[in-house]
Amino acid sequence: MTKPALSRRALLQGAGALIVACNLPALAAAQTASGKPALAADQLDSWIAVREDGGVLAFFGKMDMGQGVDVAIGQIVAEELDVPFARVTVVMGDTASSVNQGGASGSTGVQRGGIALRNAAAEARRILVEMAAAKFGVAAETLSVSDGIVSGGMRTVSYGELIGGRFFNRGLEWNGKLGNDLVATGQAKPKPPSSYKTVGQSFPRNDIPDKVFGRMDFVTDVRLPGMVHGRMIRPPIAGAVPVAIDEASVKDIPGARVVWDKGFLGIVADKEWDAVQAAQRLAVTWSEAKPPFPAADALYDHLRAAPVVKRQVEVETGAVDAVFTGGGRIVAAEYEWPFQSHASMGPACAVADVRDGEATVWTGSQKPHFTRDGVAATLGMPQDAVRGIWVIGPGSYGRNDAGDAAIDAALLSRAVSKPVRLQGMRSEGHGWDPKGPASLHRARAAFDGDGTIVAYEFVSKGFSRIDTDTNEADPRHSLAGHLRGLKLNSLQGFGVPAESYGFANKRMAWETVPPLLDRASPLRTAHLRDPVGPQLHFASESFIDELAVAAGADAVEFRLRYLTAPRDIAVVKAAAERAGWEKRVAGPRDHGKSDVVSGRGIAFVQRSGTVVAAIAEVEIDRRSGKVWPRKWVVAHDCGLIVNPDGLRRCIEGNIVQGTSRALWEEVQFDAKNVTSVDWLTYPILDITEAPEAIDIVLIDRPELPPQGAGEPSTRPVAAAIANAIFDATGIRLRRVPFTPDRVKAAGV
Amino acid sequence: MAERVSFQLNGQATSVEADPEMPLLYALRGDLGLSNPHFGCGLAQCGACTIHLDGTAIRSCVTPLSAASGSEITTLAGLGTPEKPHKVQQAYIDEQVPQCGYCINGWIMTAAAFLADNPHPSDAEIRSALSGLKCRCGTHLAILRAIKRAATA
Repeated sequence: MTKPALSRRALLQGAGALIVACNLPALAAAQTASGKPALAADQLDSWIAVREDGGVLAFFGKMDMGQGVDVAIGQIVAEELDVPFARVTVVMGDTASSVNQGGASGSTGVQRGGIALRNAAAEARRILVEMAAAKFGVAAETLSVSDGIVSGGMRTVSYGELIGGRFFNRGLEWNGKLGNDLVATGQAKPKPPSSYKTVGQSFPRNDIPDKVFGRMDFVTDVRLPGMVHGRMIRPPIAGAVPVAIDEASVKDIPGARVVWDKGFLGIVADKEWDAVQAAQRLAVTWSEAKPPFPAADALYDHLRAAPVVKRQVEVETGAVDAVFTGGGRIVAAEYEWPFQSHASMGPACAVADVRDGEATVWTGSQKPHFTRDGVAATLGMPQDAVRGIWVIGPGSYGRNDAGDAAIDAALLSRAVSKPVRLQGMRSEGHGWDPKGPASLHRARAAFDGDGTIVAYEFVSKGFSRIDTDTNEADPRHSLAGHLRGLKLNSLQGFGVPAESYGFANKRMAWETVPPLLDRASPLRTAHLRDPVGPQLHFASESFIDELAVAAGADAVEFRLRYLTAPRDIAVVKAAAERAGWEKRVAGPRDHGKSDVVSGRGIAFVQRSGTVVAAIAEVEIDRRSGKVWPRKWVVAHDCGLIVNPDGLRRCIEGNIVQGTSRALWEEVQFDAKNVTSVDWLTYPILDITEAPEAIDIVLIDRPELPPQGAGEPSTRPVAAAIANAIFDATGIRLRRVPFTPDRVKAAGV
Repeated sequence: MAERVSFQLNGQATSVEADPEMPLLYALRGDLGLSNPHFGCGLAQCGACTIHLDGTAIRSCVTPLSAASGSEITTLAGLGTPEKPHKVQQAYIDEQVPQCGYCINGWIMTAAAFLADNPHPSDAEIRSALSGLKCRCGTHLAILRAIKRAATA
């Protein structure tokens, strides 16, 4: 129930007023009069405020990227406070009004971000009831609350009357951590789920009417008095830096001003179209840079040959090597996943106002607190002189181009001493965003004479998921940082499949390889929705199907034979049952007779407490090579469900985006640079290719805390499709994406 | 080189003095201060900038300002209001379509123009009419449900 448009507009007009002030005159007055306690995780007022009219503000340190997580947070707060859902407004992502809960991160909005809000709301209710008890001169236990009205006997008092417009000035226990790990706890115990009335209901989103009537401002729509427009200028060969600039080439463009600092090159102009033209027209001489990249078709050979920077064994049970060398039947396969782009709907935008020793940055970054830190570090300013304000951007699925835009805008604004609105062109959105990492995955398994798997090994080798970090707090993790001379600080991380297959003698490990360019690379790698999950589980769940075929077993039955966790087993059974899964060994259904052939495939995954089984029914047109996942059944268990309708739409989005990535998406590049720079060169799923139906089975587990849903159902998609293609044709595709050319070349 | 170009914008007479070759999108957003339509690609590949020009859905990012002269332009904000929503807008709300919503101009404006010409389309016709528009968040099924709902409203 966010009202960002309202508050933001007023904020922008005042450019500096507290974001809550415009919504909340009484509170604003109180802030002036008595001073709101400093924003800190151990202050109840940092989380919850009650207005005189009884409205509740919940200050959330994560934010919604379009899946409606703020609705779920509002439900949790309303539930604990015993107020109607409609009375709660969730305020998100302003460093001046929200504690750093880590921003949007790893599907933890409800799972982790909701914990502090739940506790704070429960504590606020406890204190309000205490206040009412003191007023009535009765024991708190004798009072009840309904719709924000505290009642005892014949007497009633509203939350608004008790505290409206004033502050609690009460503390919370805080674990001392910021970001995702932050936990704040009050004395009050949150309600048992069995008593929930608001949590578990499908409340609609509040932002949708504003969006459909064109009244919702995105970060691209932030306007400040005296604002000028900026564009960055990127090198034609990655790694090249400007060595000479002819400013005369743009002298006839009104207000055109070049901002050049080592490799950092941008331009501003009074009007946006002038900035676009100035960036195109500016004559730049670039350094002679050696083209840094391998040929695109040599990517996987490069990965095979690349030195290992870090190897980590995450799972090691039994004597894996001894079993593999001990004879017996071994099945092995290798899978490949390309670089993929966030390819957000619009290129990133940020507005920065850096003047008089203070900075404010409006950003679509998922982590505005870390954006603030990065801007402060880049500009050499104290953090408390910088304010980051999140405003929803043009799509966000991780560490996309938004963080870099914020840092770039701040540098431009400081250079010209004016507010600057910076937006990339399409070619930068696709070409220069941090990429999802390309990878190889090698799997092998040994069978004994009875057809039982006695050893299993799964090793991934790829570019690090955190070559560029998950946020832009450290300037060494920004394009501008590299371009202004900071050395690359590539962090190392990948991952292993998340499952509960009880194979005796099991090893799962990962290896990272060096980045392809040691600075400002358009192929630097970072988190993209469900970081490395699609890659890993494409490989691992394809391989499980290969093992099932090798064992002469049905794919569902084979999984159930080895899965050990009860929720995993339940979710696989639920999907199979809903799909009417026909038991058979996967393999060609028509032996090449018909033009269009169908098959179905399953994949199962875990992710941080959530489990998903997805079954794809896929049609393959042998004439065109086109693959159409026509119907899906998805069984989804993310613990207690807060908002079933919101959850369904979230899952649908993951399945469709995951399908797009499986069928179409691959960053193209040549030796010099990324060459997939628009929607023609980086196609995504078209609506004519969207599935006919996604049938979702929600498994509610009120006995478990709510887990994440923003990403888990992305990760089984590619494997389910690949398994269905095999089931239809007998052809095993081990490289993503499954483009028509590649499918035809595979001989379907 | 700047010229004054006059047109009707959401029912109001207005004019812009600018380079007539400048894309109309920049006039609507920059000179007239609209927050919609959006810049998505500048290449007519995504639809985020879609408006109606004399009732036809066009991509304002590649349409020169001069093409607007004497025309009637409708943007998303002019298509309907909360009090009097266009049926596609109402269907979007009923079906709770968005993820981020940045692409919304393209789908709603294209669908509104399409339904005006073809009020009772088949599912295949709906898909075909919307082909080429981009939604990165993957709301395609909800979009199809919404357009179908609008078509039967």
